[in-house]
Amino acid sequence: MPEPTSSVAVTEAAAPVARTKTSAYPIEHFVADLDETPLRATDSAVSDAAPRSLWGEAWRSLRKQPLFIISAILILAVIFVALFPGLFTSEPPNENCLLENSDGGPAPGHPLGFTVQGCDILARVVYGTQSSLTVGLFATLGVVVIGGLIGALAGFFGGWVDAILARVGDIFFALPLILGAIVVVQLPVFQQNRNVWTLVVILVAFGWPQIARITRAAVIEVRNADFVTAARSLGVSPLGALVKHVIPNALAPVIVIATISLGTFIVAESTLSFLGIGLPPDVMSWGNDIFSAKPSLRSNPMAIFWPGLALSITVLSFIMLGDALRDALDPKARKR
Amino acid sequence: MVWYIVRRFLQLIPVFLGATLLVYFLVFSLPGDATAAICGERGCTPAVVAGLREQYNLDQPFWIQYLLYLKGVLTFDLGTNFSGRPIATIIAEVFPTTAKLAIMALVIEAVFGIVFGLIAGLRKGRIFDSSVLVLSLIVIAVPIFVLGFLMQFLIGVKLQWTNPTVSGDATITELLLPAVVLGLVSFAYVLRLTRTSIIENVNADYVRTATAKGLSRRRVVVVHVLRNSLIPVVTFLGADLGALMGGAIVTEGIFNVNGVGNTLYRAVLNGDGPMVVSIVTFLILIFCLANLLVDLLYAWLDPRIRYA
Amino acid sequence: MSHSTGTQTRGRRAASDGADTPQPLLELRDLAITFSTSTGEVPAVRNAHLTVMPGETVAIVGESGSGKSTTALAAIGLLPANGRVSNGSIIFDGEDITHASEKRIVALRGSSIGMVPQDPMSNLNPVWKIGFQVRETLKANGLPSGPQDVAKVLSEAGLPDAESRANQYPHEFSGGMRQRALIAIGLSCRPRLLIADEPTSALDVTVQRQILDHLDTMTEELGTAVLLITHDLGLAAERAHKVIVMYKGQVVEAGPALELLTNPRHPYTQKLVASAPSIASRRIESAKKAGVATDDLLAPAAPADAARDRVIEVEDLTKVFRIRGNWGRSTDFTAVDKVSFSIARGTTTAVVGESGSGKSTVARMVLGLENATSGSIRFDGVDITTLGRKEMFDFRRRVQPIFQDPYGSLDPMYNIYRTIEEPLRVHGVGNAKSREKKVRELLDQVALPSAMMQRFPNELSGGQRQRVAIARALALDPEVVVCDEAVSALDVLVQAQILNLLADLQSELGLSYLFITHDLAVVRQIADHVAVMEKGRLVEQGTTDEVFDNPRTAYTQALLAAIPGAGLVLPPEVA
Repeated sequence: MPEPTSSVAVTEAAAPVARTKTSAYPIEHFVADLDETPLRATDSAVSDAAPRSLWGEAWRSLRKQPLFIISAILILAVIFVALFPGLFTSEPPNENCLLENSDGGPAPGHPLGFTVQGCDILARVVYGTQSSLTVGLFATLGVVVIGGLIGALAGFFGGWVDAILARVGDIFFALPLILGAIVVVQLPVFQQNRNVWTLVVILVAFGWPQIARITRAAVIEVRNADFVTAARSLGVSPLGALVKHVIPNALAPVIVIATISLGTFIVAESTLSFLGIGLPPDVMSWGNDIFSAKPSLRSNPMAIFWPGLALSITVLSFIMLGDALRDALDPKARKR
Repeated sequence: MVWYIVRRFLQLIPVFLGATLLVYFLVFSLPGDATAAICGERGCTPAVVAGLREQYNLDQPFWIQYLLYLKGVLTFDLGTNFSGRPIATIIAEVFPTTAKLAIMALVIEAVFGIVFGLIAGLRKGRIFDSSVLVLSLIVIAVPIFVLGFLMQFLIGVKLQWTNPTVSGDATITELLLPAVVLGLVSFAYVLRLTRTSIIENVNADYVRTATAKGLSRRRVVVVHVLRNSLIPVVTFLGADLGALMGGAIVTEGIFNVNGVGNTLYRAVLNGDGPMVVSIVTFLILIFCLANLLVDLLYAWLDPRIRYA
Repeated sequence: MSHSTGTQTRGRRAASDGADTPQPLLELRDLAITFSTSTGEVPAVRNAHLTVMPGETVAIVGESGSGKSTTALAAIGLLPANGRVSNGSIIFDGEDITHASEKRIVALRGSSIGMVPQDPMSNLNPVWKIGFQVRETLKANGLPSGPQDVAKVLSEAGLPDAESRANQYPHEFSGGMRQRALIAIGLSCRPRLLIADEPTSALDVTVQRQILDHLDTMTEELGTAVLLITHDLGLAAERAHKVIVMYKGQVVEAGPALELLTNPRHPYTQKLVASAPSIASRRIESAKKAGVATDDLLAPAAPADAARDRVIEVEDLTKVFRIRGNWGRSTDFTAVDKVSFSIARGTTTAVVGESGSGKSTVARMVLGLENATSGSIRFDGVDITTLGRKEMFDFRRRVQPIFQDPYGSLDPMYNIYRTIEEPLRVHGVGNAKSREKKVRELLDQVALPSAMMQRFPNELSGGQRQRVAIARALALDPEVVVCDEAVSALDVLVQAQILNLLADLQSELGLSYLFITHDLAVVRQIADHVAVMEKGRLVEQGTTDEVFDNPRTAYTQALLAAIPGAGLVLPPEVA
């Protein structure tokens, strides 16, 4: 402990002092022990740990999240079921439907019972996975490509491009996804060509504005960052800056929303099918099964429960994944 | 402030025109004979087709058709539906029920969403917060028709607390269960939004300053944290009214409520094109008006907006 | 040696002094504060001790992360939710409030201990009127809160027209007015202690000075003790009786303001005194008055050469922005109004101004990022406003920027190697191998280890990032570097290092700098030539010595007088 010097109000060396305050109380000059307060190098060099890219950081924090682990496992399982339905049930989904089994309870070899048409519920649920997942996946892809492109261009170039695209987005926003889809789906053109792909087209047509808005906002946030200006003054073209710097940095929120949209589109498909105007009746889907089980709700609620459960779990896992990604990719959390 | 309202109002006009034009275009101009859309898969007699062509001005160019239709909308003359009843009368009949249902759902989701979101936000990371978060995820994930059937079966059929379906009178008590179902998904969104907003605002500088002024914790939370957090929530609620109208199609179907959604659904199944267009136009109008209302509320909540 | 003995000594001395000196108003004894984070408990403050006597102004000086704000906020129980006092005690007016109940702390806040926060933009609730925010303070502390009382409080803080101003919202106030409102709130209940956390660091220097003067007068009249938190040693020395220097969560030195400046004992304080621009600027001033040669106090100046060629000549440069209003009406806003200046090759020209002066717009136009409305920018005799696309691309090699925010100027997705290599790749310089060699050389030039190449910006400190930004700017061997507030966001010591680096690079590579800044103290250290801008117009220019010694316009005089510590007169030998 160094002995503090006795209190000194003003040293003689600085006689002509203006405006410095002098206290009415004695003030000691305290100096901390150098051993206790060592001077560290300003801006010390980094350790030799492995470099941490932002995606690497996100992955690291993601791996530790239970929400992510659970949802990832569930999604992998659902994809597996969709790809290899035969591994999960020995029953063919459409043949072997005997009306005498109509609304029957669980029986040997048919653990979940039977539908109204006397089909095996388990087989229907397992084989229904594919169409739901296909619609969700391709609708999301389409929306990300179209909405992402439009949003990125609107956000980056601003001006009248932005103004027009914003208005168009507003118009679509006034027409909720389901409402718009209902209007289109009931048209003869679509009723005559009902299949997975026309449904995807309809969902993309009414679903893109949301992604466009998110992308636009994310791009605007990055557009004005100094590193974009720096790239521009290096001679990088506007489009080059958009592709190399802006889009990679604006990707995080888009990925999050796209993941959640995947769930939303699966719900939209099943809602339309449930209303009897989505996928054609001969396509196996959870929505269709719930639609056909509707009339016998009181006598055989299980025929609604199982496809409903499969649907809910699938959607839940995508929404959970989106949530986990949001936490891991949060720009506020990764700053500094 | 006046300019703000006028500007927002004027901005809504192109949105309304655009959306109705879009719907009109889709129904009456896509490939395929428009009368086929009106007649549905059953087809009509040539006499009916000719009558329809005249009634909906299908012999006129598309723009004229649309303008004539718009004139009809503005004079509340929506023509007649497939079975010859005036569409305006039908909407006037069923709208009050849907309005009641949607408002009840909105109130339920707003009140519970904000209260739960507030508590969760203030107790971030504790058990209440985590469990409410997980619960909200589940509510968001389970599709409304699955939820609807589940609740109808449990509460209506098994427990018999209420009627599983709604009668023609559609009393408040009867509508309670459908309203809960309708508002449930949005409740989860309101909750999450409120929670995020609260967490953000609790750490705001002005909240710390308010605390430093010597205000009680309760006053800081209510006057400074909650009030500011409501701004994004109100925006969501306005946009959500549209989603509620969409959701009403499913909910009204499940509970057999005689409302706009159910009418629309029947029109869709019957291929009643004019009815579909008119109801959707009506819903777009409601959506635009709700958004205008939200803008006003927004301006009241956030003084910065008024002068923007 | 254990610090516990030291603690006891201090404790005893405080007790025995109690008889002959008045009781301290605030006393922090061996305070330790820890934060619980995802990586465990992190100590933020250790062994902090300070005393504030009634009516005394005590300043805590330190860089960001030194724990200065945390220490002060702990005194009114405003630590963030994950922070806690883990050791030591806080004694206010003889009462130990370290672990006082929430109720007791709420009772003390406002009425006994007031606070003036740092950023006037974010510290007033945007949705409530100013009057409301004052009134609730008075009410919560049991004081009369009628409209006259509110108006009185506001007008005391120097807010003109207080009665009608009380009915306005924060966004209708300028930054300076908001800070006055916050001071009004902080002092409205006549607290005995005011905690002022960087109360003016977000404001322009001239406003900063007015506000501090007013705060001084008010606290003196009311006899309020002030705990002033600041990063600026010059400001602390000028405004406080006693200065406490904190470093890495510890108090390293404390004493009378001037004593600390003239006789710093701890190596950190010594470095701080040597580096702080406001102090350095005073030192140069004093040295000149004393007739001492100032050369070694200044950055190596370029040899004065009258015939030296002008690398950049800006003439009548004007930028008019069109602001769209309601109903398609638009108004013109002249951001830059007929500005002319030039930069001699190998020298530094500083453009100085407060926010809204148009200085950054000038920088953007010189960089070719913004088109000039009229006027010309001649680079090596060629007007860049008329360049075609191809010529513009070539021009970009010769003029490069360095920006203010070290966190925003590097793409977080690019590692350091890609960041510095990008300009080479864009301009097709060399092959992969020669580019890597060049990147290594550049890192070496900015004194960063080449091992850093694989790192990402988020792993680097602010100063390191700024070095990377400099390396990137130098990659194409430019002739002119535009530094837009390039050191403003850095801590004092890092700032000094970067300024030295820039000066070294200039003499080594013959670079010319266009230095855009609001900080006159920095200008004094680095610039050869100064141009002062006010509201888009260039009001004064000349060599740095001319402008500093003989400011001709009132605006420049006001700017100079507002440099914190301007009132200090330091002996030239202080170093």
